[in-house]
Amino acid sequence: MKMPAEDTTAAPLISWEKRLQPSPVIAVLVPVLSVFLALGLGAVFLAFTGFNPLEVYQNMLHGAVGSRYGFSETIVKAIPLMLAGLGVSVAFRMLLWNIGAEGQFYMGTFGASWVALSFPELPFYIMLPAMFIAGCLMGGLWACLPAIPRALWGVNEVITTLMLNYVAILWVDYLVYGPWKDPQGFNFPLTVSFSKAATLPTLLGTRVHLGLVFALMAALLLSIVLWRTRWGYEIRVTGENASAASYAGMNIKRNIILVMFLSGALAGLAGMSEVAGITHRLQHGISPGYGYTAIIVAWLAKLHPAGIILVSFLFGGLIVGGYSVQTSGVPAATVSMLQSAILFFVLGGEILTRYRLRIGRKGGK
Amino acid sequence: MKKGWRVLLILILVLAVAVAAAGCGGQEAAEDGNGENQTAAGEGAQDEKMKVGFIFVGPVGDLGWSWTHNEGRKYLEEQLPWVETSYVESVPEGADAERVLTELAEAGNKVIFATSFGYMDYVIKVAEKYPDIVFMHCSGYKTAANADTYFGAMEEPRYLSGMVAGKMTKSNILGYVAAYPIPEVIRGINAFTLGARSVNPEAEVRVVWTQTWYDPAAEKQAAISLLDAGADVIAQHQDTPGPQQAAQERGAYAIGYNCDMREFAPDASLTAPIWNWGPYYTRVVEAVKNGTWQVEEYYGNMKDGIVDLGPYNDIVSQEIRDLVDAKKQEIIDGKFHVFQGPIKDQNGEIRVEEGQQMTHEEILNIDWFVEGVIGSPS
Repeated sequence: MKMPAEDTTAAPLISWEKRLQPSPVIAVLVPVLSVFLALGLGAVFLAFTGFNPLEVYQNMLHGAVGSRYGFSETIVKAIPLMLAGLGVSVAFRMLLWNIGAEGQFYMGTFGASWVALSFPELPFYIMLPAMFIAGCLMGGLWACLPAIPRALWGVNEVITTLMLNYVAILWVDYLVYGPWKDPQGFNFPLTVSFSKAATLPTLLGTRVHLGLVFALMAALLLSIVLWRTRWGYEIRVTGENASAASYAGMNIKRNIILVMFLSGALAGLAGMSEVAGITHRLQHGISPGYGYTAIIVAWLAKLHPAGIILVSFLFGGLIVGGYSVQTSGVPAATVSMLQSAILFFVLGGEILTRYRLRIGRKGGK
Repeated sequence: MKKGWRVLLILILVLAVAVAAAGCGGQEAAEDGNGENQTAAGEGAQDEKMKVGFIFVGPVGDLGWSWTHNEGRKYLEEQLPWVETSYVESVPEGADAERVLTELAEAGNKVIFATSFGYMDYVIKVAEKYPDIVFMHCSGYKTAANADTYFGAMEEPRYLSGMVAGKMTKSNILGYVAAYPIPEVIRGINAFTLGARSVNPEAEVRVVWTQTWYDPAAEKQAAISLLDAGADVIAQHQDTPGPQQAAQERGAYAIGYNCDMREFAPDASLTAPIWNWGPYYTRVVEAVKNGTWQVEEYYGNMKDGIVDLGPYNDIVSQEIRDLVDAKKQEIIDGKFHVFQGPIKDQNGEIRVEEGQQMTHEEILNIDWFVEGVIGSPS
């Protein structure tokens, strides 16, 4: 690090300085430390509200991974986050800010449900692949809607992808409140249950379904594409320097549309596996915000496929453990606060891996 | 970039070891669990408590639906010192419910109360796996050998609250903020409308659906839209005092729901049809303890006290109170039935003939609005 010359125009007392070479030790240490800091803060709060923090944390850990059941449920929660997170990450790599994973997720549930409800007689070996394709296709096409204006006219995709979320959610709501409503469902916004053939196989009596395999395969394929293929090279180069990529003769417009399709297709697949693996029917509010959480997951994982698998699992544990803690009397609001504190600290700590804090006059810019 | 995968692999291995360790621990615990009856009996002879679990759709602090059930839970714990309760709040009516129910079952609860309609399928599913645990599902229609339903004739106090609203309105437009178009809610709107029109044939009831049980802002907004449309009394089938507050701010009147809501809208809230679950919960748990529990599809009424009309606001005149109280007595004495003919639907067609009354089955499945309701029941 170069020492700047003494600057007499009062440099700020505290300043940020970019790390030129983010150290791997820091990269691991900071997130871990952040979690502990968050738990520490939570412990103070818990102690003041009359709970034993250690006991609460122990319950949380136990609920999330301490039993076969809890562990399997954590995976169940992680599956949609993995798939949607992978989808978000591939777009982010090209600096395409796809905030629309939630909507693409819903369109995926729509596509898969359409197959399951329209052709209930199909045998599973046709049904499941058809639902798979329909889910990916609907999610992918939904992402193409904002991708095309972005590619052709540079229309900001942050706004368009976000807005299309509401459209997709309302579309599914229309279906479950209207034409697809189960006539036996007492007017509740649910479709009829899918046929057995339209449900994903599960693992050993748990609710862990084939979606886990989809997610792991997707992560593996994605990293092969990104680091072993020409197209992946193009995506990464475009993300780092679009004008250089264009100068090198890469077709950026085509890549924008293809990458957004892939991004949406993965979120759609998340929707398909949730509807075919867990709920076995389409219903109002089928996603408790997986598409948005996926954005945080992708960032925390630094867009790396393997990291996304891991971070999704941690998030799943946070959610499942959160409910478990409630049985020991901790209110839901306190649990949400704990979860948010952990996120806040980890995201906040992120900045320390990229910048260093300078205290004192020597800092300067 | 292979490094990332290597790190993941190591982490997975570490995790696997940790889980295996925890799993073994869990196994032991489970084995203990199998003999738990003996160990618990041996160890916990001094305080062997029966565990009872609750699962709520909203936060217990909603001051509405979940709050009333939580009051019932507290009452149960006070009445039966040998009972230990726990609860999980804000559980969505989806895939999460199945896990929470399973966890409550695994935690050793002998009775589990699931207090929202959307838990129904999950209750039945989990009840199958735990035949020794009694599952009580509020407001549903599916039962099993160890799973029963319970609910109350909220239409009775709703009718009475409609009478109060019908007497107090000046514009003859009553607003009704309603959650979902399901029979429970439609039933309430019908009872309210019948009550209002029994004392004021000019009154009409306008319905706005919010598609949510618990959303203070959305409920308040819906109430404001009704007030804008000319309503001067706002009734609600929602779990927060949001609609009451909207009425308070506009100087209009309101009818609460679930519990007495006058505290939140001292000038507006006239009265409220209320729930009182405690005595029922106590009866169920005692029956389970004594081995006399059986599936009965309980549907309590004002006579049982599970539903009631809350206290009146001071601005409700003695004349109105006398009128309403007299009707209440008639209902309790079985002399008056809320859904007794003649009842016309929105199209003016007679649906219940004079001298007839709707059957329990018909009341539970009702999907049409009575005359005087403006809105669509779907």
